[in-house]
Amino acid sequence: MSQIIGNINILIEAPVFNLSLLLDGLMIGAVFALSAYGLALVWGVMNVKNLAQGDFVIMGGYTAWVLAQNGIHPLFGVPVAFVLLWGIGWVIYVTVIRRVIDQDLFTSLLATFGLAIMFQQILNLFFGSDTQTADAGFPSIFLFDGQVSVPQVKLIAFVLAALLATAVILFMKRSRMGQAIRATAQDPRAARVLGINTDKVYAFTFSLNAAICGAAGALVAMIWVIQPFYGITYSIRAFVVVTAAGFGNLPGVIAAGLGMGVIEQFGGFILGATFQQALVVGLLLLVLIIRQIQQARVRQVVQ
Amino acid sequence: MNETSKRSPLVWVLYGAILVAGALAPMAFPAYTNQMAVLWLMIVFALTWDILGGQMGYNSLGNIFFFGAGMYVSAVIQIGLYHNVSEYTDAAGSGVYTFTETQYFTGIFLGMIGAAIFATISAFILGMVLFGLRGPYFAIGTLGVAIAAGELTGAWDWVGGGSGISMPTFPGHPDTGKYFFYTLMFALAVSVFVFLKWLYSTRFGHAINAIRDDEEKAEGMGIHTNRYKRLAWSFSAFFLGISGAIFGNMTGFIEPLEVAFPTITFGIFMVVMVLLGGKGTLWGPILGAIIFHAIKEVTWTYMLGWQWVALGFLIVVIVVYFQQGIMGWIMDKKPEWFGLTIAQLEAQGAAGDGPVSSDPAEGRVGT
Repeated sequence: MSQIIGNINILIEAPVFNLSLLLDGLMIGAVFALSAYGLALVWGVMNVKNLAQGDFVIMGGYTAWVLAQNGIHPLFGVPVAFVLLWGIGWVIYVTVIRRVIDQDLFTSLLATFGLAIMFQQILNLFFGSDTQTADAGFPSIFLFDGQVSVPQVKLIAFVLAALLATAVILFMKRSRMGQAIRATAQDPRAARVLGINTDKVYAFTFSLNAAICGAAGALVAMIWVIQPFYGITYSIRAFVVVTAAGFGNLPGVIAAGLGMGVIEQFGGFILGATFQQALVVGLLLLVLIIRQIQQARVRQVVQ
Repeated sequence: MNETSKRSPLVWVLYGAILVAGALAPMAFPAYTNQMAVLWLMIVFALTWDILGGQMGYNSLGNIFFFGAGMYVSAVIQIGLYHNVSEYTDAAGSGVYTFTETQYFTGIFLGMIGAAIFATISAFILGMVLFGLRGPYFAIGTLGVAIAAGELTGAWDWVGGGSGISMPTFPGHPDTGKYFFYTLMFALAVSVFVFLKWLYSTRFGHAINAIRDDEEKAEGMGIHTNRYKRLAWSFSAFFLGISGAIFGNMTGFIEPLEVAFPTITFGIFMVVMVLLGGKGTLWGPILGAIIFHAIKEVTWTYMLGWQWVALGFLIVVIVVYFQQGIMGWIMDKKPEWFGLTIAQLEAQGAAGDGPVSSDPAEGRVGT
């Protein structure tokens, strides 16, 4: 307890610390926003709640790490992970997801949970359970006489995440496929009547989601650590963000993702690293309870 | 139908045979006593999960919370009765603490009672918060509770934090200890079965089935859905708490992430076992637990290193391709075995095809 108060005091007495935590939080939050956007896409379009979301992120991370181990710069891991995870996502769609779309929501939740267990164990068998990081070798920028250090790699990751998000948004708004995806999300039956191959749209959406997560994961490997069992935390983060923002609300998802990053940085600093996972889960419960109170209000209005 | 099966002597012979076989099994196969005790534990898991998941339609992924909570409460009671808990956990089982035979058994007895009470109360309180969540939100919310409990216990030094607690050792020969815990697990599984068989035949069983079929309508019919939901969860927590207390003593060492709150092992097993056996039935979860446990033991023995991957694969296959479960499948093929021909046809005629086949419990209460 005294340690927590001490940490809060540090924040009050040294305001620059706040800035550095804030920047860190925003840059990490950008990655959360990416994976949450992927989840929102899948959730909104095909009504599948993907608990293997975080494992896509971790797989992307390991792609970048493997490249870095072989002397290739981890930044190349971003496009490679995008393509690789696209393929993996497609295979998973064809073998599993296609069969759970029509079933009740718990089925998709459980099936993807099973997938998540499978992936993390396969990663564990291949890479071991040590935490890894793909060192990009960029220096840090120092602000305020060196009191605030901004690692360049985080800045680059932030910019890349923003670029990727913009590209995806433009794609969804402008391209023919993006239109088809949005139409399917609104009414799959009507979309089918109008000649859209919804099965293809679903396959595309799920692969795109996996690919976005993979790219985000490559960024994570550069700015943070990855470990086979960290996936579930990313899944929960994505759930928190999407539940808080609602899946139709893209600016909301991005804002919530950034906010999640900031809260986690501050929370981790104040409470200590042991509570980080608990903090993420606590946020999930908080968001669910707030949603529930809102829903209860709606239900009362209906009565 | 219920009446006839109660009177038929064959059923009683069958029950008697199972009881005798269960009691004598550890004598016949002493090398497998622990595995068989775990099998009874799995049956308890599956049966208690099915109260909510199968009979009430609320799919919880966090029932393991009560198991872990019961384990820790029991450990704290057993140690706290005679020693200082924080000193005991600091010593990390270095053997300076002794328990006499009386102390040990009193501790276990009181620990089980305390675990049951704590789990029941926490289910009631959690129910107030979580039962407002519907469908997948409930599943994710309960999963969150279980994960959070594991993480927070791991950060709580008073109960040993991440390094766990070594439980008091059984006074007497280890084989006697094994048999003792086997008997406890067996008795627990039998009591769960008897209790649920009675419960599903009462008004309570019908009420939670009504909640599963249509919660709004059940509420409209004057069923206090919130009260029933909380009570149902409390029942399952009661037994899970006791099972946690027994299992903690059986393994001899408890630890938050792998033993007490293992969300991705026991926590998901209970769901998969019920799905495999057929949810919403009384025998389905038992059948599922037996088959799943057998498969698990085989993969654990022969697929070294890959057993977890095989397990994840098994979960995916069961969930995706075999949703209706064994009992559901048999019921689809041979409805007349269950005396259900008319009910099944009526249900299909009334509700169309889809929901009936995905929910084998339709139109069938108290088998």
